[in-house]
Amino acid sequence: MSTYLLVRRAVPWVALTLALLVPPLLGTYATSAIGLKTLWFGLCAVSLTFLAAYGGMISLAQMGLFGMAGLLTAALQVQHGVDPWIAAGTSIAAVSLIGLLFGALASSSTGVYFLMITLALAMISYLLFSAVPAFGLHEGINGVFPPSVLGDPVLEPNTIYYFLLATSVGAYVLLRHIVRTPFGIAFQGVRDEPPRMAAMGYNPRLYRTLAFAFAAAIAASAGVLAVWTNTRMSAGSVNLGVTIELLSAAVIGGLWRLEGAWIGALVFTILEIYGPGFTDRYESVIGLVFLAIVLASPGGIMGIATWLDARIRDRLAGPSRAVGGSGSDPPATLGMDGQAGGGHR
Amino acid sequence: MSDPLGSDEPMHGRGSDGRPAGRFGASLRAVSQSSRTGAAIGIALLAVGIGWVLYQALSKGLGSTGNLPSFILISLTAMSLAGLYFLASSGLTLIFGLMRVVNMAHGSLYLLGGYLAWVMITQLDVGWYVAAAVATALIALVGLAMEQIFLRWNLGQDLRQALITIAIALLLADLMLAWFGGMAQTIPAPEPFDGRVDLGVYGLAFSSFRLFIIAAAVVVGVLLYLWIHKTRFGMVVRAGIDDGPMTSALGVNVRVVFATVFLVGSGLAGLAGVLGGTVLSLAPGQDQVFLTSSIVIVIVGGMGSLTGAAVGAVLLAFVQTYAAVYLPSGWGPYAMMLTFILVAAVLALKPSGLFGRSTA
Repeated sequence: MSTYLLVRRAVPWVALTLALLVPPLLGTYATSAIGLKTLWFGLCAVSLTFLAAYGGMISLAQMGLFGMAGLLTAALQVQHGVDPWIAAGTSIAAVSLIGLLFGALASSSTGVYFLMITLALAMISYLLFSAVPAFGLHEGINGVFPPSVLGDPVLEPNTIYYFLLATSVGAYVLLRHIVRTPFGIAFQGVRDEPPRMAAMGYNPRLYRTLAFAFAAAIAASAGVLAVWTNTRMSAGSVNLGVTIELLSAAVIGGLWRLEGAWIGALVFTILEIYGPGFTDRYESVIGLVFLAIVLASPGGIMGIATWLDARIRDRLAGPSRAVGGSGSDPPATLGMDGQAGGGHR
Repeated sequence: MSDPLGSDEPMHGRGSDGRPAGRFGASLRAVSQSSRTGAAIGIALLAVGIGWVLYQALSKGLGSTGNLPSFILISLTAMSLAGLYFLASSGLTLIFGLMRVVNMAHGSLYLLGGYLAWVMITQLDVGWYVAAAVATALIALVGLAMEQIFLRWNLGQDLRQALITIAIALLLADLMLAWFGGMAQTIPAPEPFDGRVDLGVYGLAFSSFRLFIIAAAVVVGVLLYLWIHKTRFGMVVRAGIDDGPMTSALGVNVRVVFATVFLVGSGLAGLAGVLGGTVLSLAPGQDQVFLTSSIVIVIVGGMGSLTGAAVGAVLLAFVQTYAAVYLPSGWGPYAMMLTFILVAAVLALKPSGLFGRSTA
């Protein structure tokens, strides 16, 4: 049993080491095509996962906020010659404020209403941004380069890869920390028992709004990193199709665990890159995987992993300790209540 | 409620028993106070908008050289768009009101309906009316199949159902791209409605098919109203909306009611697709446009309300059409801002929508 626990504890570190070894082992193409996309897509997905897992709020606005930040950065840099760092900071601050506004509008609703309202807000922003000439209309804005410290993302992607990796790890650690702070605990309380929280003097709407604005800042950072990585962005890159792709990546990875965001983004990116080699209808494949996950294992890949983990621990603990031994990780597969995972700890 | 997907915690503080939940009960008075101020602001906004449009329309006099003739045409166009929006969103709101299912594949059903009619008319030489009827029926069956296969056993897990329909929308969008290609297609209008009619004022002529859409929307709206409010089945539907478990306990087969409503709601999306494919066009992305419009309408009008869908459709169509024409020059690209203001104002004043059923 102790061997298994050691192995299990090593998993995150092994994953991190593998991620660190991607540029030297897999070369420039894989680093740029799979690595970079996985990291910024995962960072955007984790803003969705954070709200879903800890607030029970499935937001479809994250891709819209991501796009706003990317387009703002691009416009500031290319059209106004602003320094990349300042452009990034300004965009993230502005989008956080927009997130505060969106959050205030949507946070009186929960569940499926929240999903609809965030979808409407995101689509309206998309249509608005795709009509404004300053944001390049459907062609978008090209030639947005990252700060010179990060190198040329096209010719030599390694530097920006490590920067994205550091940002992703930073965001993960920050989110893990935040859900343990009094704010994070209260936010989870609002998810589970809004009336009781209100009775204790917490304002559920305020917590939802603030968490939404915080998630908007993360999505905005992902947008800035994406525009630096791709050196371009157009409003079309955040339309409803992409919004749904982000949701499917998050669901495939596991909507109730922060790690799931990057796992889902990795699976999604691999399907997107290698799918067309096998079939013209790789989008249908993604749709089918998404459907299968929602129907069979709502916890996604992380849910399956958690379930396996619990099974193995039960087996290892033996019949005498099986009852108490596996209590910490509820099986996160078939039942919808299996989402618990990181959410409750 | 440790279960985010499964929980169907009612919105806006309406407890499952219909009473205002405790968390908002205390602040109810404050809410009603602020919503009165809010309503005043909302009405003022609306008045400014209408005033501006009327000023633009009438400022050059009532003669045929003024802006009034074009105003009439623009308003009729907006009305026909409202008709289309109503047909598309009434199905969504009907399904939502009864089953708490947000059918995110509603836009896909709209587009698929249009494509099916287009194939029948342009490639199989079927008449327009027959094709419209067949496409509507087929989409109704597709919707029914979707409900029976994927949604029936997830009843009450509304977020999971929404995710399922999103996955289906993703799948359908790609399959339609494969089957019907990426080019924009238009269905030719049927015989008596393929031209323009003389309106009898200022020598204006207007697309007769757009008038047909307005008429169709009114007929469908009246039929739906009579169905929901005057028939026994409609009574059961309304009872199901108010209290599903109790209705079920009284001996009503709620599953049959659900299936019927899903059938009708999906059929409406298909019909809207045929009409929309005739007057606008069918192309990848139209599913997203109509899903978004329908959802905006349902949010503005109130989720589950037929009247709300009609009012929301009219508001959205007129705001969009007038914004495109009457905004001061240079502001055109920001027309979408007005839709945002519409949604934001309604959400801020009455989060459940104008005709939404809510107590908080």
